[in-house]
Amino acid sequence: MTETMNRLLTGVVACVAALTMTVAKAEEVQVAVAANFAAPMERIAAEFAKDTGHKAVLSVGATGKFYAQIKNGAPFDVLLSADDETPAKLVAEGDGLADSRFTYAIGRLVLWSSKPGVVDAAGDVLKKGDFKHLAVANPKLAPYGAAAYDMLRKLGLLETLTPRFVTGENIAQTFQFVATGNAELGFVALSQVQIPGKPAEGSQWIVPASMHAPIKQDAVLLKKAAQNQAALALLKYLRGDTAGKIINSFGYER
Amino acid sequence: MSSDGSVRIAFSLQHPGFSMQVDLVLPGRGITALFGRSGSGKTSCLRVVAGLQAAQGVRVQVGDEAWQDDARGVRLPTHRRPLGYVFQEASLFPHLSVRDNLEYGMRRVAAAERRVEMAQAVQWLGLSALIDRRPEGLSGGERQRVAIGRALLASPRLLLMDEPLSALDLASRAAILPYLQRLHAELSIPVLYVSHAIDEVARLADHTVVLDAGRVVASGPTARVLNETGDLLPLGEENGVLIEAVVGLHDGAYHLSRLDFAGGHLWVTRVDIAVGGHVRARVLARDVSVALSPASDSSIANLLPARVLSMQEEGPDRVLLRLEADGGTPLLARITRRSRDQLGLAAGMAVIAQVKSVALAA
Amino acid sequence: MTPADVSAITLTLKLAGLTTVLLLLIGTPIAWWLAHTPSRLKSVVGAVVALPLVLPPTVLGFYLLLLMGPKGLVGQTTQALGIGLLPFTFAGLVVASVLYSMPFVVQPLRNAFEAIGSRPIEVAATLRAGPWDRFRSVVLPLARPGFITASILGFAHTVGEFGVILMIGGNIPERTRVLSVAIYDHVEAMEYTQAHWLAGGMVLFSFLVLLALHALNGKTRVL
Repeated sequence: MTETMNRLLTGVVACVAALTMTVAKAEEVQVAVAANFAAPMERIAAEFAKDTGHKAVLSVGATGKFYAQIKNGAPFDVLLSADDETPAKLVAEGDGLADSRFTYAIGRLVLWSSKPGVVDAAGDVLKKGDFKHLAVANPKLAPYGAAAYDMLRKLGLLETLTPRFVTGENIAQTFQFVATGNAELGFVALSQVQIPGKPAEGSQWIVPASMHAPIKQDAVLLKKAAQNQAALALLKYLRGDTAGKIINSFGYER
Repeated sequence: MSSDGSVRIAFSLQHPGFSMQVDLVLPGRGITALFGRSGSGKTSCLRVVAGLQAAQGVRVQVGDEAWQDDARGVRLPTHRRPLGYVFQEASLFPHLSVRDNLEYGMRRVAAAERRVEMAQAVQWLGLSALIDRRPEGLSGGERQRVAIGRALLASPRLLLMDEPLSALDLASRAAILPYLQRLHAELSIPVLYVSHAIDEVARLADHTVVLDAGRVVASGPTARVLNETGDLLPLGEENGVLIEAVVGLHDGAYHLSRLDFAGGHLWVTRVDIAVGGHVRARVLARDVSVALSPASDSSIANLLPARVLSMQEEGPDRVLLRLEADGGTPLLARITRRSRDQLGLAAGMAVIAQVKSVALAA
Repeated sequence: MTPADVSAITLTLKLAGLTTVLLLLIGTPIAWWLAHTPSRLKSVVGAVVALPLVLPPTVLGFYLLLLMGPKGLVGQTTQALGIGLLPFTFAGLVVASVLYSMPFVVQPLRNAFEAIGSRPIEVAATLRAGPWDRFRSVVLPLARPGFITASILGFAHTVGEFGVILMIGGNIPERTRVLSVAIYDHVEAMEYTQAHWLAGGMVLFSFLVLLALHALNGKTRVL
């Protein structure tokens, strides 16, 4: 009886020792990822682990929430924001490192319908107005929403279309309105409809980038991770070719 | 059919562990007691009559009105049956005043069909001081009187009372019984009165139905049922006989009254009934002893010549004697086994029954 | 306060009021059935009614969005009936609110009905009162505290509803932009002054509601 116990104990101690050793060897980086970038980032993290041996631990959520959490001491090393304002703000407030900040992806706005034939290749459907609901993300809260307003304003359609807007609190909810067919069409992120390995559904018009201010998604290294080798490596990796290909395949530009 | 107003109740009831089979024809006036121990099915019987409980093969007919006849597919819902129901607990509506409680049923009966006036009910039941009060301020006895009044004011053709006194203390019971007796005299409608208290039955009921484990074991005039089926009843110390008598004379000097009946008389504490008036006397077996000859040196004033009909042992020490006084009046006497042996009692012997006390039932 | 905020408040009160009235109409028979039925379905129905208590509002909202959408069963039905689709409409919010606040109305009513028991109803039946008459003259007055609790909780819970409305509302001014969504927008956009006005008002409102509830119901326990 006591012998079994002893053996068991030795085993447990050995296991714990082995575990702590591996953790100590491979470094880890805690990454806060904007929800819209979660899918490409998972693939990038997998490649990153393969190529460097470092491990990127991803937390997916809304950028605004991450900002509040970082201000309150959340243990993130890197923020991959959904906008360019939040990283700038963190740098200005001393929570992010200024020279680490860069645009890792530029989002593309797309007018999309879950039904084929609704959206034409030139976006003329907006002028024809043959729909009841147009889903747009809240321009105050989501960069894609701001871009959509921007573009409609330029086309002179904002006033006439506003009564048909249904507003999503974020781009994911806006996508949901369109995907479930409750809104006939809506402005969503290209990354939401162009997913590698999945056939495109419905009909879409990719809004030319010239029609709105660029939807920049910036990354920033947080102050406490200045010496984190894995974090530095990840930021470098994000600028590299492997990451670039993945990012492009998901409908972002760089 | 029954133009005499008689009440027909028939149904059967199957529950796990309990079955009931009833087929009764009851008189169309006076009080009929449903008597039996708890669990014998008395309350179920009332609830079936009222349509509050489902049963099989139900037939409820009051006079020439069929309230329910499953065979013919007739079933009036409870609120279409002209009945009055007094529950064990008064169950007054707590959100209504006494007056509104009383008027609840009355308002729902067309004016032309009302047979009891508010003033009448108030007077019969002594409600005038309660009328503007709230139910929560009333005593148990007062509440039950209001509940009875409420049921009567709905002008029922059959009044159902489910142990209306059992939730009351002794004093309240004593206070309310005279009201019930008055109702008995005033009302022309039949009353079904559920009780497990023999004194209530003896005092109030003209007709008695004895239920035991869901079966009718006796049905008939109260005195006969109680006297003949006493052994079947769950009476114990309350076993006795009921004697229908008339007041023979009053002895003012000693404050006594003489009750005459076929084959003898009994002296009792003076009763408040005129000479010639009817009265029911209850003589309990435990209050009767026997002697072989009239004792002149006893304090017991009531001596009745009688004959031993039969003897029945009750436990290791006691014997219940069934006697018949001269004139055919039955009596029960409970004596010890030793006394029986010492007196050498046997069926057919002539004895003197000594009656120690008499309870007046009505 | 901006005119948009004022219209959000008006819309919220309209939604909560209408929802409460509908819930009393729908919830009363359900609560009655739950309080009196011997049916074995009782626990199933009770659980379904209580679901919004435990489900995250977004889950309910998501399924409503699917169900009421053009591919959903409800959506196809409403379209076939010529009503059109319910999401992004005030009617859709009412339907969602009715479902979402259902347990807050049904539960107090069910408790009240169970507390009354069957005796007073039987008494009324023996006094010639038919089913509706019994309900009106006995059940309603006796269950009054339950109805007050149910109305106030149903109203207050609808006012505070957010997740479901977010999912199916579309934040349309004067149609589906209710108070809680307006507050969320202000907070997210860091317009804290406006957020404080509305949020503080909501806290005060909720407090007053609960205070009123306790005052009205006195001894009876509410929650």
